[in-house]
Formats: sequence, C-alpha cells, structure tokens
Amino acid sequence: MTDIIVIGAGVTGCAVARELARYDWKVTVLERASDVCEGTSKANSGIVHAGFDAQPGTLKAKLNVEGNRMMGELSRELDFPFRNNGSLVLCFDEKDRPTLQRLLEQGKENGVEGLRIIERPELKELEPNISDGAVAALYAPTGGIVCPFGLTIALAENAAVNGVDFRLNTEVREIERTDFGYRVITNGGAFETRVVINAAGVYADRFHNMVSGKKIRIIPRKGEYCLMDKKVGGFVDRTLFQLPTIYGKGVLVTPTVHGNLLAGPTAVDVEDPEALNTTREGMEDLLKRAALSVNGLPVRQVITSFAGLRAHEEQGDFIIGQAEDAPGFFDAAGIESPGLSCAPALGRYLAQMVLQYLPAGEKKNFIAGRKGIPSMALADAEERQRLIQENPLYANVVCRCELVTEGEILDAIHRPLGATTLDGVKRRTRAGMGRCQAGFCSPKTVEILARELVKDMAEIGKNDAGSEFLTGYNKDGIEVWEEVQG
Amino acid sequence: MKKDLVIIGGGPAGLAAAIAARDAGVEDLLILERDARLGGILNQCIHNGFGLHTFREELTGPEYAGRYIDQVLARDIPCKLNTMVVDLSDVPRGAEGEKGEAEGGPKPERPEGRKKSVCLVTVMNREEGIYTIEAGAVILAMGCRERSRGALNIPGFRPAGIYSAGTAQRYVNMEGRMPGREVVILGSGDIGLIMARRMTLEGARVKLVAELMPYSGGLKRNIVQCLDDFGIPLKLSHTVVDIRGKERVEAVVIARVDEYSRPIPGTEETVTCDTLLLSCGLIPENELSDSLGVEMNPATNGPKVNESLETDREGVFACGNVLHVHDLVDYVSEEAAQAGRRAAAFLDGRLEKTKREIPIRAVDGVRYTVPASLDTGRMEETQVVRFRVGNVYRDAAIEISFDGKVVSSRKKKVLAPGEMEQINLKKADLEQYGDLKEIRIAIRPADGGKQ
Repeated sequence: MTDIIVIGAGVTGCAVARELARYDWKVTVLERASDVCEGTSKANSGIVHAGFDAQPGTLKAKLNVEGNRMMGELSRELDFPFRNNGSLVLCFDEKDRPTLQRLLEQGKENGVEGLRIIERPELKELEPNISDGAVAALYAPTGGIVCPFGLTIALAENAAVNGVDFRLNTEVREIERTDFGYRVITNGGAFETRVVINAAGVYADRFHNMVSGKKIRIIPRKGEYCLMDKKVGGFVDRTLFQLPTIYGKGVLVTPTVHGNLLAGPTAVDVEDPEALNTTREGMEDLLKRAALSVNGLPVRQVITSFAGLRAHEEQGDFIIGQAEDAPGFFDAAGIESPGLSCAPALGRYLAQMVLQYLPAGEKKNFIAGRKGIPSMALADAEERQRLIQENPLYANVVCRCELVTEGEILDAIHRPLGATTLDGVKRRTRAGMGRCQAGFCSPKTVEILARELVKDMAEIGKNDAGSEFLTGYNKDGIEVWEEVQG
Repeated sequence: MKKDLVIIGGGPAGLAAAIAARDAGVEDLLILERDARLGGILNQCIHNGFGLHTFREELTGPEYAGRYIDQVLARDIPCKLNTMVVDLSDVPRGAEGEKGEAEGGPKPERPEGRKKSVCLVTVMNREEGIYTIEAGAVILAMGCRERSRGALNIPGFRPAGIYSAGTAQRYVNMEGRMPGREVVILGSGDIGLIMARRMTLEGARVKLVAELMPYSGGLKRNIVQCLDDFGIPLKLSHTVVDIRGKERVEAVVIARVDEYSRPIPGTEETVTCDTLLLSCGLIPENELSDSLGVEMNPATNGPKVNESLETDREGVFACGNVLHVHDLVDYVSEEAAQAGRRAAAFLDGRLEKTKREIPIRAVDGVRYTVPASLDTGRMEETQVVRFRVGNVYRDAAIEISFDGKVVSSRKKKVLAPGEMEQINLKKADLEQYGDLKEIRIAIRPADGGKQ
C-alpha cells in the first residue's frame, strides 16, 4: 500500500517525485527501463527555454517562465550542469520581421525578462560565425542550457534520498480502480495506491485511457540530432533558433552545457513509440537546415547522432492535472518541448494539486541539497589534488576522451539509484561520451560494473535487458558452426 | 620534476624511441604510459606477422612488443605505467630555465650544460597524484584510435553489438570473451580483416565485409589470409545504410554505393546478424599535440614534421601512429628510433637550428609525405620519406624530382591507399644540388593507365 505512484522516471516523473518527497507521503516511482532518464528525457536539445514560444495565458507559458527562473538555483541546490548562455531566434528575411516582433511581444506578455531585437551588427559581434543570411534576431538573455541527464538524475537521487521508492525494470501493464484508489499491475506485482501520477511520456495516453473515458492521444514526434566534437563547442556561444523559413520549421544550433556543439532536431510524427532510429534523410536534412544559421557548420566534426521522441499531444498542449472522470489520477501528459525547462515548476505545480486532493504534512527532515559526482575534467589543479588525496582512484583515467576516472565511475555505481549499465555510467560521468564514443573505455567500464555489482561481464548491458555486450566465451559453438558450413 | 626527455606513450613507437634515445646518450628520460603495461595495442594483436622486416621472423604482437620491452628493461629506462598525461603546455615565460630570455635581451643559442625546458607535461596517476614535469624534449608517441560509428554517420538504431574492430579484438584476445556470434564488418581496414579471421576461428560466423571504396583499405596479404582463406566475401563499393534492433543488433542493411559514395536506391540487402564491427580508419590521437598548439597536417591528422621528425615546436618530436597511421609496426619502430636519435641530438646541442627548409611536395596521386620538409644541414645520411597514394595504380612509377628535374623513377606493380610507400633520400645526393628549392614526389601512371 502506497499513497502515490508515479509512472515514469523521466524528468517530469522525477521532478514530481522530488516535490512529493517534501511531504509525508509514501511515494513509489515505477519505471519500465533499467535506469531513470531512459525515454524522452535522454534525447532532446537540453535547452532551458526563455519562455517566449508558448501562447500567453497557457499553462505551458506559465510553467516555462517559472521553470526557467527556478533552474539556476536548482542547479546549485542539486549540483547539476546548467549554463545561462542566452538564446537568439534568427530572422533570415526582412519580411519575417513582423513574426519576430510578435515573438518579442508574446515573450513580454509571458513575463520573459530582457528580451530585445538585435540587428545584424550586434548579432555578428555576439556570434561571429552567424550566417550571412541572418538579418536580425530576438535575443533572450535568460535562455539556458542544461544537461538533461544531470537534471533528471539529480532530481531522482534527491527524491530517493528523501524516501521515494524507485522501482526500475517495472513495467505497468494494467491500472484498475479500487474502492481505495487504484491497483497498478506490473511485471513486478501489483501496487495498491491512493493516487496515480501519469508521467509516462510517449505512453501517457495508454495509461490515461485505462482509467478515463475522456481519451487522449499522444503522437511520438521524432527528432534527430547530430552532436559535434568539443573542438568546435565554441563555434557558437548562444543557442541559435530559427524563425520558420521557406524550408519549413527551423532547427537549432547550440553549444551543450558540456561544451559540444549540437544541431537538431527534425520533427517527424511516427507510429512506433520505440522508433529511436536515426535516418540518412533526417541527418542530412537537419545538417542542411542547421547550416542556415551559421557559416561553415563543422559537419565533419560529428561524433554521434541520435533520435528522441517527443510526446506530442494531438491538441499540442500539456495535459496536467486530475483526469475529470478519474479522481486521484493525475496526468502529466503531452510534455513535449519545453518540458525540460518546465520540469521544476511542473513538479511543484502538480505536487500542490495532489496536496489538495490528499492533504499531507511537510516532512521536517527533507534534505533539499545534493552533491553530484566530482568531475576531474572540470576540476582545477587544486581540486584535482584534493580529490586524488581523498581517493587515488580519481587519478586512474578510464575514459580518455572525457577524462573520466575510475573514482568517478565508482561514485556513479554506488550512489543512491546508482548506475547498473554502461549508459547509466555514461550519463552520470560522461565516460564514453567523447570523440571515440566508448571505443577505448567500454571494456573497462563493463569490467568495473561487473566487479562492483558482483556480476559476470556477460550480464552487463548497454541499457535494458537484452542489450548485453558479450555473447559467450571464445570457441563456444564451434561444432554448430561446422554443421552450418558442412 | 625535470626530465631531459619525456616520451608520451609506451607502445611500439614510444619503446623504440626510448631505446634509440638512450643508445644515443640520453640518460635522463622517462616513458609515460596510460595502460597498466607497456606495448600499447600490440598486446591485443595476438596474430602473427609482426617483425618480418626488423627481426626476419614472424612474431605475434605481444612477442614483438616483448622484444622492445626487454630492451627498455635492459637499459633501465624508467617508465611510469597507469599514468595519463592530462596536459601538454608551454613553459610560462620567465619560468626557471628561461632565465635571461624574458628580458628581451638577445636570445642565446641553445645554452651549454643544463638545457632549457621546451614544455610542461602534466601527468596523473594513482600513486603520485597529479604533477608537472618540465621536459627538455618531448617525443609524442600516443598512437591512434578508431573512427566510431557516430563519425561515420551510419543511420539506424543504437543497440548493443556495434563495436569498433579494436574493441572487439580486446574482448576476444584479452578477455577471452565473444562480443557476438553473427558478424558483419564494415570497412576493410587491417584490424577489421584480422578480426574477421579471429572471430571465425573463435566460433562466430562472419557473414561479409563491406567496403565503401572500390578497393580495400587493408594490406593485400590480409585480404588473402583473413578473408579469402575463410570464404568470407568482401563487398567493395558497399556500405551499411541501416542498423536494426532496439536492444541488440538484429540486422544491418547494406547497399551498393555510386562513385560519390552515395548509396544506390534499390540495391539494399538485409543481413541478419547480432554484431557490426567497424574498421573504417584510424585517427591519430593528437589531443595533447593540439593542447600545445603544434601545427598539424590535415592530410594525416598528425603533426607536420621536418626531417628530424620535429614538429614546428623546437624539441617536440613525433613518431608512429600519432604522426601518421602505419600499416606495419616495423616501420613504426624504425621511424620512432629516428625520433629518439634526433631528440638525443637536440638535447646535447648537435641538432642545429633549421637553416634552410626544403619542402617535400606530395603531388599527382601522392596524398602526403612524412617528413614534409628537410634541411640538408640537419639530416642524417639517409632520410626515409613515407607516403600514401590516394588511389589504386597498376604498373605506375614513383617519381622524385628536384626543382622540376626527375632524379628517380621507380616502377611499382601496384600502388594502393592501403599500403604505405617509402623512398630514401641520400644526403650526399641532395648536397650536390647546392641551392635545391623543392623536392617533389609524384605518381606517374604507366601509359596513363590509372585505375
């Protein structure tokens, strides 16, 4: 018996869980994947939007601006990478100026601070690589960039430290109403609960529709990205958006908070909520569009590409709150962009709604702060020296490209909600995120994971079950092979 | 800490450089190796065929490395293992060893006795923490890495089962573990070819090797011994256009490509497999060279060096795969020994400053040369110039010309991008041309018979 079940440990689920953890509830988070941050939250732009995009008066607009204001303080409280780098919406055609102006006014109405339109000379000064075609831009100094894994994992860890029970590898199959609330049936047994919070990303419609007659439909909208080497991370300093052009909806070019350069996303609606594949067309398209923003986009510096699925709701709005015909069932559905930016505000907003439904007292011993994994790559000489003295394994480099040490990997494994997979280590430490894309460090990381988790190397996977790296020992199945050949 | 010579990397290049430097009189030197043992990537290359040129016998990789490790140990050359160089930087102006220069006085020629430091090497390891070494000379011998899937822009899912050939080699040869059972290999680089044979011998089924180019990127002998002998098809002008499988690779789709390397629609073929190995080229690991600001050669992705294998930074030398990717380790050792000798000459003041640099131009089918220039005053009696061609040529000639005059033309049955070529330039020959301005190395196709 639990008070609240949160379905989904993406950024939304984790933000809600962390806010719920402030109160005297028993909270359980159910996550299908082997780690938190395995869905939409792991593959997006990592942008903290200023908040000029959403229609004034909408919840999206309100939560975005609030979330943006909260992010800086939250990043200090929970120790995750965030940078307030500012953003620019580029205008490529004089006749699009009215659109730019409208965006400015919309932003002002939403309460975005510091917005102004800048002309080409200033634009060129701010961003020397800006494309020759950009005539003006909307400058939003409050725009930022965040590590989406860092944010989600920080929220999850802090929630866990404050008593939230995370059940990973736990897939929800059915939700039944009971006299008491709901019975949530999973592959790991049934959970009785008073309240359900549906933060299931591209699957949120499935769970909503299990309990509500007012059906919703979530369309997975694929976005492909190309990530470029840190060598060219300084190619732009601010996040560059585009006003829609004759080529269609724009893509962004942005530095990431870790100093890579990112271009994307495309936007293609797909049927399959698991269609995380990139496509030749998609990559070519996004690089072509991104090249409109800057002169000489360094396309040869691409180190990886990936695709994410946004949970696009048919009407294009967030669905947040109690389902009309299902008391105690709260949705956080259709959370597409700017969902990452909204997460801190959304968590708080939803927790307040639950509080009205199921009153509870505030925990006296809530721990608001969290210390992240130290980073040898970012530490200065003194800090490095101190860390190595504390634990010599901080001097044992495992990932050469990103300078990640065994000490950091051990931290990642042994923290609350620690990493159990290669991707888990990667998202917590950046081991394998660099230019060799885990070529050198993956066997070592697999070995460390196996040793620390007291498993065989063959049990260690990239992420979920079925993604193990090793298939056996040398010479296994030689006889079978002979038969095939014969 | 101060060291006359710091060698970054304890693979074949670093080892040979260290031995040669010691034999040329460098007492105070240090090898820095990030792995737990010396030998570098040779330790996982358990196949034979190493050392034919150097030792006139076929050794395995670990055996070949062992011969050099023994020589390093016999000479008591100090090594630091599990030690990562985290930064390579300039000596700050006015720092010790730079005395008298910061004041703007006349820049002294290399001083007698204690040499000045050329750069600072910041290293890190478990035992000693993090600290900086002032180096009187540095040899860059960091090797190379494999091009990753991401850099190749291969579309599709991102499941487990996609490895660079070298990563798979490590699992199989070092851990005795199989990274897959049904294998497709993209790229016909030597490691990929070697792994086709290894995976087959260990019980996996290698379905095919796809190569984007119309010719193989590996050595001919490896095509024969690793593919032909095992009946593994090599599909030239083919690439992987899709990867299927959400958790683990289930299939890859290959397609034929046109002359611009673009997949041709309608030629797709789905090949079920659980593993995709990538052997699509090696990239010299020059992060440290970059941090020092060494001038690079875009054709090799390695530093631009002169006849002493010295970069544009005086006293900083480079050799082996960090300089340009080699096919045969014998030539790495040979090249590295030269770097070691030249560093020794630099340290005891025998290596004069470059007076007259003669560029060596790679033209007409030659992609690059190492070195890129030479100074007859500084060069050894014979200078080996190594290069690669950009295409496959049959019955063509390697032509050397001095100031436009052909001085040598050597016929070759086959020239291919996968096989490094070399020529020797003799100091005596060059000195006859008192005022030589340019050396050109070119490929002359037989009767225009370029292929």
